[in-house]
Amino acid sequence: MRAYIAGRLATAVLVILGVSIVSFFLTFLTGDPAEIMLPPGATAAQIEKFRAEWGFDDPIIVQYWRFLKRAVHGDFGISLRHGQQSLPLIAARLPATLQLTVTAMLLAIALAVPLGVLAATHRGGPIDLLAMGVALVGQSVPNFWLAIMMILLFAVSWGLLPTSGRGGVAHVVMPAAAIAINLMALLTRLVRSTMIEMLSEDYVRTARAKGLRELFVTSRHALPNALIPLVTVVGLQFGYILGGAVVIETIFTWPGVGLFTIQAILNRDYPVVQASVFILATAVVLINLTVDLLYVWLDPRIRVT
Amino acid sequence: MIRLARRSPLAGAGALIVGLVIVAALAAPLLATTDPIDQDLTVALKPPFWAEDGSLRHPLGTDHLGRDVYSRLIYGAQISLTISVLAAFLGAVVGVVAGLVAGYLGGWVDAVIMRLTDLNLAFPLILLALAVVALLGANLKNLVIVMAITTWMIYARVVRGLSLGLREREFVQAARALGAHDARIIARHVLPNVLAPVMVIWTLEVARIILMESALSFLGLGVPPPTPTWGRMLAEGRDYLTVAGWIAVFPGLAILFTVLGINFLGDGLRDLLDPRLRRQT
Repeated sequence: MRAYIAGRLATAVLVILGVSIVSFFLTFLTGDPAEIMLPPGATAAQIEKFRAEWGFDDPIIVQYWRFLKRAVHGDFGISLRHGQQSLPLIAARLPATLQLTVTAMLLAIALAVPLGVLAATHRGGPIDLLAMGVALVGQSVPNFWLAIMMILLFAVSWGLLPTSGRGGVAHVVMPAAAIAINLMALLTRLVRSTMIEMLSEDYVRTARAKGLRELFVTSRHALPNALIPLVTVVGLQFGYILGGAVVIETIFTWPGVGLFTIQAILNRDYPVVQASVFILATAVVLINLTVDLLYVWLDPRIRVT
Repeated sequence: MIRLARRSPLAGAGALIVGLVIVAALAAPLLATTDPIDQDLTVALKPPFWAEDGSLRHPLGTDHLGRDVYSRLIYGAQISLTISVLAAFLGAVVGVVAGLVAGYLGGWVDAVIMRLTDLNLAFPLILLALAVVALLGANLKNLVIVMAITTWMIYARVVRGLSLGLREREFVQAARALGAHDARIIARHVLPNVLAPVMVIWTLEVARIILMESALSFLGLGVPPPTPTWGRMLAEGRDYLTVAGWIAVFPGLAILFTVLGINFLGDGLRDLLDPRLRRQT
């Protein structure tokens, strides 16, 4: 048990180190970072000066070590566009992204669990077919298109919801729904299949044999166990949800990290891109770590082995 | 295909849809009513044929530059399919080799490859793809490579798990006892036994890559203009939502239709080829 946790922590540290290497090397993909960061018209002398200032003349290993040392202290360099430290710029936009992604996750779970359970308890029936149909379409729909269609319907035609920005609850509905749809589809299928499995377990049969009502058997005996894999999958999907947020934030001009990063990518503001890629990937690693540890706590069977 | 449809109606329906899209992509020059990049401002923003103002000359209407939406959709299928099929294939080759080596050899090789998959999975893939494409430049080759980077680890993990089990099986042990090389054992005895799940993953990954490629294209980092892509058509249509909703509606439907078809096919194949995988979503 202790060895498992130690091993899991060591892996997470290793992966975060890898994340730092990838974030660092992003700027070297085209060869010379000075050429990427400077505007196209820069003279040779300007490029030379920039290279010296930023230390691009040093060996790569030295540069990486410097990057890592600074990153540990939260210093990812000055944003080329905003003239401020990159990290605080990103940190300021993190709450907006968290609000959006957490709402999307909760929405997906709130829809998927009842839908999946109903599909499992009415296996083969019309409810099951409907739920699986919703799941299949939900899995295949491009979320950015759904976002645009929602804007067309709820904002343009009916004028019910705002099309952009962050504000009250009304602002979060459409972007969160657009991010939630693919996850909802995946979770519905997962809940359905694990529920089907749980409902055929011995302890469920025992509960039924005791004369417990079916609703009680489903909700108190089968469902809690079916929710355990849900925790893992939601955790594993977090990176995917963040990715979804990147696209959806752009459509709704939601002032989060995704929109900010896309703008940084398009503006070639590489200190910001590096910081953002590093922060988001590290967040994914930490969430997966938490989920794995949570899993040990949730499922006593793992604790023993 | 008929046999497939009889055994799994879902896979049959999927195969039909995918077949239609492939035919559309291959026969694009024959099926298109006009050149997809021809601009004609005199017919700009014409609605689809069933609308009062529409005509069969432009069955699905035209965009803000008077380009034919239907013809652009047909040609757009070429880009989506080319990128996704090639990228899924490239990713599969890399991932299967990595998975076989990791699972069969074990030890530090296994540890290194698995940490690499962990690392790759940690990144929000679309963000990584965006950053890399923005740096390297958006063209067909770079897009295929970037998409392959987002898919290889999925094969690697599944194939590793399977080959771990296969390594201990009698027929592999027997081959080893007969003095066969590791490379030969992997190629002749392990590989054939992992191909069925790889096929299923490949199909589903093609669908996922189509979604991702169109998202990139939507954000302005797909195959550059004038080549028509579904994602960019959608992005352009977004600016005309109130006056010409059809410009954004149809490319989205094309993506949905294609991805749905491929997912049907993948799910159906999974049920047919490997019932053990059925539980995993």
